[in-house]
Amino acid sequence: MKSPFPKRELCFIAVIAALVLVVVPCLNAFVPSTSALHVSTFTMSVYGKYLTYAVLAMGVNLLWGYTGILSLGQCLFFSLGGYCLGMNLMLMIGKLGQYKADIPDFMVFLEFPKRFPETGGLPPHWIPFKHFWFAALMVVVVPAVVAYIFGWLAFRSRIKGVYFSILSQALTYAATLMFFRNDFTFGGNNGLTDFKFILGFDVNHPATKRTLYVASGVLLLLVYLFCRWLNTTKFGLIQRAIRDSENRVLFSGYATAHFKLFVFVVAGVIAALGGALFVPQVGIINPSEMAPDKSLEAVVWCAVGGRQSLIGPILGAISINSLKSYATHAFAEQWPYILGLLFIFVTLFMPKGIVGIPEQFRELKARLNRKPKDETTTAPVPVEPAKPKVS
Amino acid sequence: MSAHKEFILTLEGVTKSFDGFKAINDLNFYMDTGELRVVIGPNGAGKSTMLDLITGRTAPDVGKVEFGKDTDLTELNEYEINRLGIGRKFQTPSVYVDSTVFENIWLSLEGSRSLWSCLFSRITSEQRDRIQEVMKTIGLVDKADTKAGLLSHGQKQWLEIGMLLAQNPKLLLVDEPAAGMTDEETHKTGELLMSLEGKHSIVVIEHDMTFVRQIARKVTVLHQGHVLCEGTVDQVQNDERVIEVYLGRKKKA
Repeated sequence: MKSPFPKRELCFIAVIAALVLVVVPCLNAFVPSTSALHVSTFTMSVYGKYLTYAVLAMGVNLLWGYTGILSLGQCLFFSLGGYCLGMNLMLMIGKLGQYKADIPDFMVFLEFPKRFPETGGLPPHWIPFKHFWFAALMVVVVPAVVAYIFGWLAFRSRIKGVYFSILSQALTYAATLMFFRNDFTFGGNNGLTDFKFILGFDVNHPATKRTLYVASGVLLLLVYLFCRWLNTTKFGLIQRAIRDSENRVLFSGYATAHFKLFVFVVAGVIAALGGALFVPQVGIINPSEMAPDKSLEAVVWCAVGGRQSLIGPILGAISINSLKSYATHAFAEQWPYILGLLFIFVTLFMPKGIVGIPEQFRELKARLNRKPKDETTTAPVPVEPAKPKVS
Repeated sequence: MSAHKEFILTLEGVTKSFDGFKAINDLNFYMDTGELRVVIGPNGAGKSTMLDLITGRTAPDVGKVEFGKDTDLTELNEYEINRLGIGRKFQTPSVYVDSTVFENIWLSLEGSRSLWSCLFSRITSEQRDRIQEVMKTIGLVDKADTKAGLLSHGQKQWLEIGMLLAQNPKLLLVDEPAAGMTDEETHKTGELLMSLEGKHSIVVIEHDMTFVRQIARKVTVLHQGHVLCEGTVDQVQNDERVIEVYLGRKKKA
């Protein structure tokens, strides 16, 4: 067996991690804003957001690239994580909201005090979210439970391939519609926003932003290392075996449904952790974040970056989102078409995505060198035995 | 036919229909421990469905499917049946194309199949030896680190047989192992299967009569989901009914 971490890869990760986790925050904190090297807090926060997207993409890839399960609903878990933390942030606003009330603004606006008079307008399930630790726990527990229930039902019934994709999309769509409703108590279409404090720190202060950015980078690194480790275990082999020939695995005595369920729950939790760090940096979470098209975008990031590799989804998430923030300024209307064309192009001509480019070049070169010989040899034609005519 | 003798596999009065079509119709099939049995029959005779019924892929409408003395297979699912010691090779080679030959066999090795053990257990030296042994049996020792997807069709078929051997099953079900092989590969496959006779009970489903003649002791002919006749290759080939439904069309003049 190969050693789990080749030295070259380790060095590469260390350099990137140092760049993202140390250099960028330092350029923000210690370089004066007049300098060309200064990284503005805004820019850093934008990249912090991309890092959380990269975490989401790693979860998508764990499912799609390594287990062959294409879920089109991973943003549901991303958003659930975001909502759980967002609830705590909402309650931390205190009396600083527009209405100067004890409860979040939307609850005043939607007349929750009439609906929940015994708690002063706060829905009972919101109460424990006053504690950060509870919210943080729920960031993991809620998506895990949802993923477990959905996955258990789907995998037990042997729902596979495109049927699973459609169902997962339906699930996230249903959740979006539910969260859009005002009486679902999560702020309706406005969602949760206008945050002031996280753990007592001002969310808009550069130091807080920096911390959140670094936390996103650390999370991404940890998720990367986790996936890397998983790949080296027998479990990782089984994951890929399920992708390539699920029946063989099933008929070799493995309960494939359990393995798939485990991966689905883990991917859901990974997405949720990303979502929880996304919310304080972006300052808002609303139901449009869990809409099916967002989950589709995450799939495109993986495809463009290169699924079946660990670096691919990270590259894809960051590059597509950088491109998106540029394109939506420059030609907003055309962006969906650009994204769509990009996806088609990658699927047709770059099946291994950005990370596969060097390999494709090597293959092309090898083919060009070989060409003169190839033309002389004819490919073996499979011989179909002639069927006797039934008279 | 009462079971005076101990059969490793018993199918009795089994019927299975799909949308009204009886793929298996009142099938009775008995196999002795250690036997190598060849099942032949024209397309649609129910050969693969029979394997589906044994391995838990589908359940019979009526009838008894038993393994050994009294293990009812109809109540169990695929992986539970496999854990009893029933291994199945599919018609099209099913190997893990992205993993090496070594890894393919490692995943198939008998032992714990639990999720936690897969996460935290490491490969032992006994397991390595066993994998080496299996690779020797199927003649793929020098391909240990080759990805299975890069093997030839015949090698993939052998690898899958090797994966079954690694499970050390009591009963091996092999669906058309020679399909798509060259004559030489077919012959080698036949030798491989015959070398396993006695150590394992084996059911081979096959179309290729040259191959059947090479390996068969006892042949069962299926027709329309029912056993048409059973016997040696010669007996079967000279049976009027068999010639009519199956061999008549293929027999060389």
